Amino acid sequence: MAQLKLQNLRKQFAPNVVPVKDISLTVDDGEFLTLLGPSGCGKSTLLRLIAGLEQPTAGQVVVGENNLTHIPPGDRNMAMVFQSYALYPHMTVAANIATSLKIRKTPPGEIQQRVHTVADTLGLSHLLDRKPGQLSGGQRQRVALARALVRNPEVFLLDEPLSNLDALLREQVREELKELFEKQNKPVVYVTHDQTEAMTLSSQVAVLLDGLIQQLDPPSRIYTHPANKFVAGFVGSPQMNLLALECQGDRAILGDFSLPLPSFSPQPSGIDIGIRPEDLSLATEDDKITVQGSVSLVEHFGRELLVSVKIKGSHHTLRILINPDLQWEKEDIKLAVNPHRIHWFDEKTGDRLNP
Amino acid sequence: METDTIRRREKQTGWLLIAPALLILAFVFLYPIGRAFWLSLFTQNLGTQLEPVFSGFNNYARMFGDGRFWYSLWNTSVFTTISISLELVFGMTFALVLNQAFWGRGFARTAALIPWALPTAVMGLAWAWIFNDQYGVVNDLLFRLGIINEAITWLGEPTRAMFSLVVADVWKTTPFIALILLAGLQSISSDLYEAHAIDGATPIQSFRQITLPLLAPQILIALLFRFAQSFGVFDLIQVMTGGGPAGSTEMVSIYIYATVRRYLDFGYGAALVTVTFLLLIIAVAIAAFFLSKSRINISGER
Repeated sequence: MAQLKLQNLRKQFAPNVVPVKDISLTVDDGEFLTLLGPSGCGKSTLLRLIAGLEQPTAGQVVVGENNLTHIPPGDRNMAMVFQSYALYPHMTVAANIATSLKIRKTPPGEIQQRVHTVADTLGLSHLLDRKPGQLSGGQRQRVALARALVRNPEVFLLDEPLSNLDALLREQVREELKELFEKQNKPVVYVTHDQTEAMTLSSQVAVLLDGLIQQLDPPSRIYTHPANKFVAGFVGSPQMNLLALECQGDRAILGDFSLPLPSFSPQPSGIDIGIRPEDLSLATEDDKITVQGSVSLVEHFGRELLVSVKIKGSHHTLRILINPDLQWEKEDIKLAVNPHRIHWFDEKTGDRLNP
Repeated sequence: METDTIRRREKQTGWLLIAPALLILAFVFLYPIGRAFWLSLFTQNLGTQLEPVFSGFNNYARMFGDGRFWYSLWNTSVFTTISISLELVFGMTFALVLNQAFWGRGFARTAALIPWALPTAVMGLAWAWIFNDQYGVVNDLLFRLGIINEAITWLGEPTRAMFSLVVADVWKTTPFIALILLAGLQSISSDLYEAHAIDGATPIQSFRQITLPLLAPQILIALLFRFAQSFGVFDLIQVMTGGGPAGSTEMVSIYIYATVRRYLDFGYGAALVTVTFLLLIIAVAIAAFFLSKSRINISGER
C-alpha cells in the first residue's frame, strides 16, 4: 500500500515568482489524479516537486510512511513520463527501457525478462533494436511509458504525455493509458492542460491556478459543481456562458429579461452567473424563464450547432448548443433557461454561491 | 522521357553554376598541390645549382635516410598528442563549468575566449618571456615559493622546452575546444539528465552515459581541427624556440621552412610538403570516418 501525500508544498524561485503556493493533497493506490490548469498555473512545477527534480521551499512529499522531501529523485521509486519523452537518443529502445534497471544493478536475466514483458504489453517487441530517431511519435511515447512501467515504481508521474501526438492518436492512446494504469493499481499523478484528458482519465481532478488548488473533486463534480468562476470557465467545451449581471430585488437583470435569484442573504447588488451552452434550449410554450435575442454567429460542430445569441436589450451574448435539425428564426430566437442548471458566483470572490 | 530531359537540363545548369567555384578551388588548391608534387620530382637546390634536374622519386628515397626528418616527425607527434590530450581534458572541464548557470557566466564565456583570439606570434613572445630563465615570471614565482634555488633554463633544455611549448599551446587553444564542446553540451536537452536522474543515475553516471556519447561528434570535430592545426604548428615554435635547442623542438613545418628558406633546397622541401600533406589527409580521413559513424550512432539515422 502506498499513498502519495503532499503537505503544504510551496516552491518559491524569487520573491515574486511562486509557481506553487500551498498545496496539500493525497493520492491513494489506484487513484488517478490529474493536475489541470492553464500554462503557468504551477502544475508542472508541482509534478517536479513530487519527482524530486525541484526541492520545495516548504512542505513535504510523503509516500506511505516515508518522508521523501529530501531524497534524490533516483531513490524515490517514482517513474516519470516526460512531455518530450526524454528518450536517450544514442541507445536502442531496449537499452532505453533497461536503463533504470541497469543502474539499480538488476541481474541481466531479470532485466531482459522484464524488458520483454513490458515491450509485449505495449507492442514494442519488434522495435527493441531501433534507436528513438527511427520511431514514430506514437512509438516513442510508448517507449517512454515502457521505461516508466518496467521499474514497477510506487508512484507514476506523467507530464503531458499526449501533447505531442496528433489528435486521432491521442484519443486512442488515452484509452490505452486508462486501461494500463487501472491495472497498475498505483497512485498516478498526471499533468495536462487538456480538459478532455483530465475528464476521461482521472478519478480525481485538481484544477490549479496561480499555484493554488481551485477545486479537487471527481471529474463529474468538477463539471456539474464548479467551485468558482475560473473552474467554471476552464472546464467544459464549448465554454460555459459567464455573465456579470446586476440584481434588482430577487431577480438578476439580463437585458430586457430577468432571472429569479435563489434566496441569498443578504441580497447581492450584482452577481456572476454561468450557464453551460447545453443547458440552454429553444423555448417551447411551456417554458417559464425565457430570453430573446438575435443570432450573431453559427458554428458547426457536426453533431450540434453552437449558436451565439445576442440578448435583446443588453450587450451580453449567450452561446447555445442546438440540434441542427431544429428550426429557429435568426432575428428573433427564444431561449429557455433551466433555473436549476444556473451556476451562481460571487461577483467579487468568484466563489460558488449555490450548493 | 520528358522528366529525363528536365533532369538532364537541371544537371547541366547545376554544373554551370558551380563551375566558377570549382575553377577557383582548382586554382587555389589543386594547382599548388600539383605544382608542389611536380617540384618534388626534381633536384633543385639554389645553393649549389640553378637548373632543376629531373630525379624522379629520389627526394622521397632521401627522406627515408633523413634522420632529421624522422626526428621532426617524432617531435610533431609528441607535441600534438600531449597538447591535444591536455586541451581536451581542460576544454571539457571548462565547457562543463561554463554550461552551468552562475552569476557572470556571459562575461566568463567571453573572457575564456581571449587567449584564442590573440595572435599566436604575440602570445608566443609573451610565453617566451614568461619562461625566460633570467627575467621570466615562472622562475621568479618558483624562487619566491622557495621551490628552486637556481634559475631553470626552461627553453634551453629539450624536455623542458617541449614542456613550455605544450603549456603555451594548451593555454591558447583550450578555449577553442571548450567552445566547441560547450555548443555540444547546450544541444543536449536537460530532460535527458532529469530522466536519467529519475532512473537513479548519479551525476558521474550521467556524464558517462549521456554527456560523453552525445558529445562524441563535437569531441571528434574538436580533435580533428586541433590535430590539423597542431600537426602544422609553426608560428608558436618559431617565436618561442625556433626549433631548438639542438632541434629538439623542431616540428615538420619548421624543418620544411628551413629546408626551403635556409638551405634553398626546393625539390626536397616540396617532397617533404607532399608527404606531410598525405599524412594529414590520411589522419583527417580516419577522423571523418569515425565522425560520420558517431553521427549515425546518435541519431539512429543517416
